[in-house]
Amino acid sequence: MNLTVTVPNSTRSPSAGTTLPCLSRQADLLLLSSSEPHGLCYIETAELDGETNMKVRQAIPVTSELGDTSKLARFDGEVICEPPNNKLDKFGGTLYWKENKYPLSNQNMLLRGCVLRNTEWCFGLVIFAGPDTKLMQNSGRTKFKRTSIDRLMNTLVLWIFGFLVCMGVILAIGNAIWEHEVGVCFQIYLPWDEGVHSAFFSGFLSFWSYIIILNTVVPISLYVSVEVIRLGHSYFINWDKKMYCAKRRTPAEARTTTLNEELGQVEYIFSDKTGTLTQNIMVFSKCSVNGHSYGDVQDVLGHKAELGERPEPVDFSFNPLADPRFQFWDPGLLEAVKLGDPHVHEFFRLLSLCHTVMSEEKSEGELYYKAQSPDEGALVTAARNFGFVFRSRTPKTITVHELGRAITYQLLAILDFNNIRKRMSVIVRSPEGKIRLYCKGADTILLERLHPVNQDLTNVTTDHLNEYAGEGLRTLVLAYKDLEESYYKDWSERLHRAGSATEAREDRLARLYDEVEHDMMLLGATAIEDKLQQGVPETIAILTLANIKIWVLTGDKQETAVNIGYSCKMLTDDMTEVFVVTGHTVLEVREELRKAREKMMDASRSVGNGFSYQEKLSSSKLTSVLEAIAGEYALVINGHSLAHALEADMEVEFLETACACKAVICCRVTPLQKAQVVELVKKYKKAVTLAIGDGANDVSMIKTAHIGVGISGQEGIQAVLASDYSFSQFKFLQRLLLVHGRWSYLRMCKFLCYFFYKNFAFTMVHFWFGFFCGFSAQTVYDQYFITLYNIVYTSLPVLAMGVFDQDVPEQRSMEYPKLYEPGQLNLLFNKREFFICIAQGIYTSVLMFFIPYGVLADATRDDGAQLADYQSFAVTVATSLVIVVSVQIGLDTGFWTAINHFFIWGSLAAYFAILFTMHSDGLFQMFPNQFRFVGNAQNTLAQPTVWLTIALTTVVCIVPVVAFRFLKLDLKPELSDTVRYTQLVRKKQKTQHRCMRRVGRAGSRRSEPRGARRDRYGQA
Amino acid sequence: MAVNYSVKEEADGHPSGGVGVPGGGAVKTRKPDNTAFKQQRLPAWQPILTAGTVLPAFFIIGLIFIPIGIGIFVTSNNIREYEIDYTGTEPSSPCNKCLNVSWDSTTPCTCTINFTLEHSFESNVFMYYGLSNFYQNHRRYVKSRDDSQLNGDNSSLLNPSKECEPYRINEDKPIAPCGAIANSMFNDTLELYRIDNDTRIPITLIKKGIAWWTDKNVKFRNPTGDGNNLTALFQGTTKPVNWPKPVYMLDSEPDNNGFINEDFIVWMRTAALPTFRKLYRLIERKNNLQPTLQAGKYSLDIAYNYPVHSFDGRKRMILSTISWMGGKNPFLGIAYITVGSICFFLGVVLLIIHHKYGNRNTSADIPN
Repeated sequence: MNLTVTVPNSTRSPSAGTTLPCLSRQADLLLLSSSEPHGLCYIETAELDGETNMKVRQAIPVTSELGDTSKLARFDGEVICEPPNNKLDKFGGTLYWKENKYPLSNQNMLLRGCVLRNTEWCFGLVIFAGPDTKLMQNSGRTKFKRTSIDRLMNTLVLWIFGFLVCMGVILAIGNAIWEHEVGVCFQIYLPWDEGVHSAFFSGFLSFWSYIIILNTVVPISLYVSVEVIRLGHSYFINWDKKMYCAKRRTPAEARTTTLNEELGQVEYIFSDKTGTLTQNIMVFSKCSVNGHSYGDVQDVLGHKAELGERPEPVDFSFNPLADPRFQFWDPGLLEAVKLGDPHVHEFFRLLSLCHTVMSEEKSEGELYYKAQSPDEGALVTAARNFGFVFRSRTPKTITVHELGRAITYQLLAILDFNNIRKRMSVIVRSPEGKIRLYCKGADTILLERLHPVNQDLTNVTTDHLNEYAGEGLRTLVLAYKDLEESYYKDWSERLHRAGSATEAREDRLARLYDEVEHDMMLLGATAIEDKLQQGVPETIAILTLANIKIWVLTGDKQETAVNIGYSCKMLTDDMTEVFVVTGHTVLEVREELRKAREKMMDASRSVGNGFSYQEKLSSSKLTSVLEAIAGEYALVINGHSLAHALEADMEVEFLETACACKAVICCRVTPLQKAQVVELVKKYKKAVTLAIGDGANDVSMIKTAHIGVGISGQEGIQAVLASDYSFSQFKFLQRLLLVHGRWSYLRMCKFLCYFFYKNFAFTMVHFWFGFFCGFSAQTVYDQYFITLYNIVYTSLPVLAMGVFDQDVPEQRSMEYPKLYEPGQLNLLFNKREFFICIAQGIYTSVLMFFIPYGVLADATRDDGAQLADYQSFAVTVATSLVIVVSVQIGLDTGFWTAINHFFIWGSLAAYFAILFTMHSDGLFQMFPNQFRFVGNAQNTLAQPTVWLTIALTTVVCIVPVVAFRFLKLDLKPELSDTVRYTQLVRKKQKTQHRCMRRVGRAGSRRSEPRGARRDRYGQA
Repeated sequence: MAVNYSVKEEADGHPSGGVGVPGGGAVKTRKPDNTAFKQQRLPAWQPILTAGTVLPAFFIIGLIFIPIGIGIFVTSNNIREYEIDYTGTEPSSPCNKCLNVSWDSTTPCTCTINFTLEHSFESNVFMYYGLSNFYQNHRRYVKSRDDSQLNGDNSSLLNPSKECEPYRINEDKPIAPCGAIANSMFNDTLELYRIDNDTRIPITLIKKGIAWWTDKNVKFRNPTGDGNNLTALFQGTTKPVNWPKPVYMLDSEPDNNGFINEDFIVWMRTAALPTFRKLYRLIERKNNLQPTLQAGKYSLDIAYNYPVHSFDGRKRMILSTISWMGGKNPFLGIAYITVGSICFFLGVVLLIIHHKYGNRNTSADIPN
């Protein structure tokens, strides 16, 4: 398809820079002209691909002159381009204007989602709008999200419905037989209804009657109650003070109320990097100059200080041009500068000269730097604060204020950075006339190009570099080289020739660069901290302990991603191996994955004994072997490899390899790939996935995962709008999952178990009664009791439990992340648990009917009248039922707040109050046909036999449950039980201590300090 | 530092306001309140099932239930009860001749059954009739009444509820009392004689005081109107189909006639189970010197009107004394003793298990 865009109407004429970022959020634009020379335009694409460095876009030369609106209005070109697609880095098209053809590429495009930087304004032509934009093409379809418990619940309700029909059929058959055998003879007292001529038809009618009276077994109110509970949990998330970010003044927010309990079952977390794990701030944190490392936080005595007790940062007030936001904690470096250490001076001189940063000085002393990459900005700013202030640049000069003196260097050449060279250099001539090359670059590259005399220094610096890298810092090595005037002349001539060559220009330039960047002198190294968000490593550590696997999916480049992996402790030096998959073809990728798997299997073979390995191999597929892998591995995969790995024939292989690794990092992935990775795990792992991100490039992943979390922070709001939960700090995730999620899951499971139990206990009594009333669909209870049972008598206590219950306090679930495991394994509510609840309900219903039956059948009241009349029987059964289910909820409630007390006791009180009201004279006088149980409550409940029956029923129903639970607690306690128990013991000990101290034997017999108990556990 | 640090203002104009959080202006802080409720820090009692609570509870339940059970059992055993089945299905039975009596038969069939009480009945004796295989709890049966009519509502008297069908209207006149329950009212007459040296001494059977007070005084009332003449008050109604005489002729005493006839009230209180007994008469102890019913020979005169044979029903006459907990009730006592013993036993078993295998205090480690 060819898309033709006609011009004038489709372009809003943005006159100021502010309107265009707005516009660029709506459509993909073809850049026509901008405020910068040559139609250049700087953009940041963090929302598109997560990369934070600035990118340059350029208008094609013919349109770059269309600077003002009058010229623009006369622009009438025609664009023919590719159809809308999701490729963020490719664009092809042609502009037809004034009978000329101009090819268009991605270099000319401003995509929706990018943000203008350092550009006052620009004009663009809308190419794609709305859903056709590349960003929207990358976002997946919105799906209706449901929790697994929801799905299970639906299945169970269907089963229950089937069960209901079965009961109906059984009772209908019973009715037909009864009517045929007994009812037919009983007609002298009870003739059949009009229209009923056969037992069979009577059975048919009775089927429907039973469906109606037994329908309470299909819990209609369940759905409403579940929603109420979820709403409550959502409010708790919104209200949580500990998930409120004071800096951004944003509380956490549950944007959907339907997914809460799934937060307690998460097994995989897919995280974006930029803005999610990192703050997107680069900080110059350490450096090594001439074999001396600076930057450790030191206390007054010069020792390494512990975190948290940081001393005052270094005072830069001597320097009027210093950036007040810059902080550095090691005063040693500044002293070295002041003492005039030539190495340190040269070090900072390099930093102030060797870069591509642009400066802007709006007023005297107010410097702003425009850096293409934040790393560079951080380095130049560091130099600025230490007294080497980069002031301004022209194409031929760089002006630097060195400790107050303005010095202008002649810029002879810039040897640009690229991905293969991994270094950049400048060649400058100082005012004294010396020519010097300054170079900074990746350590692997640069250390090989040093002069051999540097050997000793290199060794020291390498140690420092390793130390920095271990801390997850991004390192660069700095070096210089003095050039002879004559050599430089020769070289620059050759450079000029190469630059104007038409053939193999790049190659020739590269060779020349290579030649000059040789035998350099090592100056030192810098370490930049890609500042993590607060608490990220701790959060990741805790989540890992909770058996949650964390995958980082980022659009950033591999080195950055791996660095972050180290700094947030996802990757550690203790890991057996980090596999890096960077293959460009299907075969390469497959081979790399295969090798990784083989290595892991070899390792586990050598660790585990041969027998178990053989057994495993014979019994199962590769998967189980991989799951039992010994040792810690990590996988780093590149976007282009991932594209192959995600293809249908390799995805299982990829997934198995990735899942065997402790950490997975995917770098250079597109938004759509992020979603595909999530989809892959969802498809094969049957695990709950959570995606967390902050930018528009995370939207598709957030939408695909079971749970999407948006970081409401820096990168706009798209992610938040697509998310299910949002907060402003990654570290809140641990609280969301381990506290809120865990509780939600626990509460929901307990709630469901009890709910099914109480409805079965209630309804099944009708079934048993059916066998004694001629299967006539007579209810056991008063109609009002049936109506109110689910609404009034039993709904609130279980709701209160569902909303407020806690098994262990919140700080314990952080302390023992293993507490999260039952949710992942889906232990608390599954089909088995459901059947146990149902069995308990049926057991209760049997006792609920047959104990009163046994007692009351021949019983008489203490005034001689019959006791087993229908109404007294109904009241007895109903009362015991309400008491039994109340005791049961009391047992289930683990956390009795005042509200729980109020609801449980209140429900009981309400039952008796309503009972006596319904059976009162007054209501009967008004509606004799509606309240025919008049006088029943006081007559029946005055009988000791009735109360003895109720007590007996309660005990018989509850005792087995208590015994069973006690045995389980005693013999096979869950972790949460143990934690609770330990807490109870501790509390008791505390009070004991207090008592003993009061008595005056303070500390003489400390029951057992915590450490000692640990030791004993250890021995056991 | 922080060269690239940029907090984007909500340039695109989307307020980041919450779903659950009230929007509020910029002035209003969005910081959640620090209340115990909102932070889920409500003070709470957290009970745990520990050996220290569960085991004593079991023992206590056992120790309470067993004595109660024994008490109930002994009480129940001290109650005298005597039961005669007078259905007459066996050919040898004196009532066999009346077995096929029907509602239509005009001539009453009477039979006499002699029996001997081995033990004397010391306290007040209650006389019951018992029916078996009689489904008073059948749904269609239970609903077939009009409580409004029985409460003396005049409009319902002449226009009974539809629930009474097919016993609602007979020969174009509304039936009072309507419905299947009333229609099938038990109408055998039982009389008890003590045979003392071949002379039959009639035993006074009190027919009042057998119904609940609320039933007699609240639930059941005769229709109101001019005067107390029940015949006039029931004017325009007809008797239930099966009844030999109308409702206002159930008894001679005005306070036991019509709807407030106690036999009628007792019948109308339907039984929960197909086998039941209903209080028929009271035999009061006359003085402290003599037992109410001394051991010896008795005869029961039955006016056999109530057909049960067609549906395999049984009819019984029961004499019983009463204690604080009602009549004979062996089930309750045995159940209490059994449950109490089981609890006690469970307590012992759990105690042993806890001591032998209970591992919470020793080996349960908390993996960190």
